[in-house]
Amino acid sequence: MRLVVDLNKCQGYAQCAFLAPDVFAMHGEESLLYDPRPEDEQRERVARAVAACPVQAITADGLDRAGASQEASDVR
Amino acid sequence: MSADHLERLRREGRIVIVGASLAGLRAAETLRAEGFAGDLTLIGDEPHEPYDRPPLSKSALLGMASPLRTQLPRRREIDAKWRLGVAATGLDLAAKRVRLADGDEVEYDRLLIATGVRARPWFKEEEARLDGVCVLRTREDAADLVRRLRAGPRRVFVIGAGFAGSEVASACRELGLPVSMAERAGAPLVGALGGVIGSVAADLATEHGVDLRTHVTVTALEGDTVGRVRAVHLSDESVVEADVVVVSLGSLRNTEWLTGSGLGAGPRGVACDAGCRAFDFRGIVTDDVFVAGDVARSPHALFGYQFLSLEHWGNAVAQAETAAHNMICDGADRRPHLWMPAFWSSMFGVNIKSVGVPPMGEHLMITQGSLAERRFTGVYGHQGRVVAAVTFDNARWLEFYQRQIERGAPFPVEFPTLDRRPEGRQPVPAGFPDPSLPTHGPMVTLSGYSPADQQLVFHPSRH
Ligand SMILES: Cc1cc2nc3c(=O)[nH]c(=O)nc-3n(C[C@H](O)[C@H](O)[C@H](O)COP(=O)(O)OP(=O)(O)OC[C@H]3O[C@@H](n4cnc5c(N)ncnc54)[C@H](O)[C@@H]3O)c2cc1C
Ligand code: SF4
Repeated sequence: MRLVVDLNKCQGYAQCAFLAPDVFAMHGEESLLYDPRPEDEQRERVARAVAACPVQAITADGLDRAGASQEASDVR
Repeated sequence: MSADHLERLRREGRIVIVGASLAGLRAAETLRAEGFAGDLTLIGDEPHEPYDRPPLSKSALLGMASPLRTQLPRRREIDAKWRLGVAATGLDLAAKRVRLADGDEVEYDRLLIATGVRARPWFKEEEARLDGVCVLRTREDAADLVRRLRAGPRRVFVIGAGFAGSEVASACRELGLPVSMAERAGAPLVGALGGVIGSVAADLATEHGVDLRTHVTVTALEGDTVGRVRAVHLSDESVVEADVVVVSLGSLRNTEWLTGSGLGAGPRGVACDAGCRAFDFRGIVTDDVFVAGDVARSPHALFGYQFLSLEHWGNAVAQAETAAHNMICDGADRRPHLWMPAFWSSMFGVNIKSVGVPPMGEHLMITQGSLAERRFTGVYGHQGRVVAAVTFDNARWLEFYQRQIERGAPFPVEFPTLDRRPEGRQPVPAGFPDPSLPTHGPMVTLSGYSPADQQLVFHPSRH
């Protein structure tokens, strides 16, 4: 699973930090920090964060099993 | 080009992308998303799949992410041939061929140049080789810096107080490390945001314990007997002991491989038209070579058709998408790259965001909040128009000002704003060191919200 947040879009609403606190964290009042390569067990929480972000700022891949194998195959 | 020819290109053409990072990857995805079914080759000199750089100076330094694990997510499969770990070394425009460092040659029908920039190294080579002298551009740079910061240096010295340098200084303070930062100008961020905002950044840095030294330059780096850096010498004759030195003096464009190719490429980047087509050295636009990302320099209708070089993450993505679209389209189907410049940074716990082109602004108004509280919106004006805005922990207002810039709204800002303080009633000089700006030019405004339907409205120059 890989993810990136478009921080131009991000409004610091913190929904993601609430839904996946080990992956996303607010830093100060409105800066967002995140781990671009979270552990597999975070998958469901990340998927919920992606869906909940009100400005669709989070792009992630490998959120489902098929995605996970695709990810493995194109790392070379 | 005939419709036939274009159809063949889309079906079985060969597209080569040089530079396999943010812009290269997003362009490849866009090509496939828009139906390009031919051969796609990505050439990158870094031996890694595309990874993201902004976290390298933020979450990676703070230990929240591994610097070696910032690979970019894929928007879709791209079914490309990857040539990673091998640099492009030359371009033959006539034969439509890219030469590679391993002697191979790759032919193309369309080429995208997305080779970005690299960190400007310390100018004295021998000093730059001292152990402990670092730059920050690649994931290896970041991993090396993280390792050095973890080892608990006695002091970190940052040369250059731009965004990158200030972010490093901020991370060091958060890690509890003593840090000094030297800047030639009077304050951090002056080149990007001007002296007024720069003085807020200076206060932030000093309050967080950064030993900030302005109006000075570093004259020499001193090593010890075993080749480790031990001290930094400054133009005011002071000497600061430090065992890690981070050189943060901006970047150099990766255009050397294009020398002699006949393209309009040089130290300022590769010039292209608003459709991302590269100019040759005669100033004539090519039709099969495109440019995107940090290496590109392109005219922006909203800003007097000045050529803008934007080292911004969002620009790389947007320009890559436009370039890719135009590579497999023709005539009226092509789109201009009219992306509104925007970036973010984060330092000392404050979220800094900007839209437009602040260095164009001569004047600045604090339309919301206050500088003293470090929470405000600043609006920049140029020749009676709003051209940029910056926020410190006030990002929610940015989109509104983006619309103002697109509409060419008048400056000084006439409307009343929420949370306007007495200090924000009058514009003040923005305090850029060198406001070398053209004074004439047609005025152009944008209307519409979707990048696909932005329409240009021309107003003849009023000057
Ligand atoms: C530490 C850091 C922090 C940043 N923070 C922010 C931020 O907060 N906000 C923001 O908006 N932007 C930020 N940026 C800028 C952002 O990362 C860049 O704008 C973005 O990476 C540009 O992407 P690009 O693909 O155009 O160029 P690059 O990412 O530079 O990629 C170019 C690629 O081409 C390769 N290459 C070069 N020459 C050759 C050759 N001859 N042959 C083959 N390959 C070649 C390079 O090695 C590289 O892999 C930051 C950058 C850094 C380094
Ligand atoms: S939910 Fe979206 S907008 Fe909110 S902080 Fe997360 S990324 Fe930003």
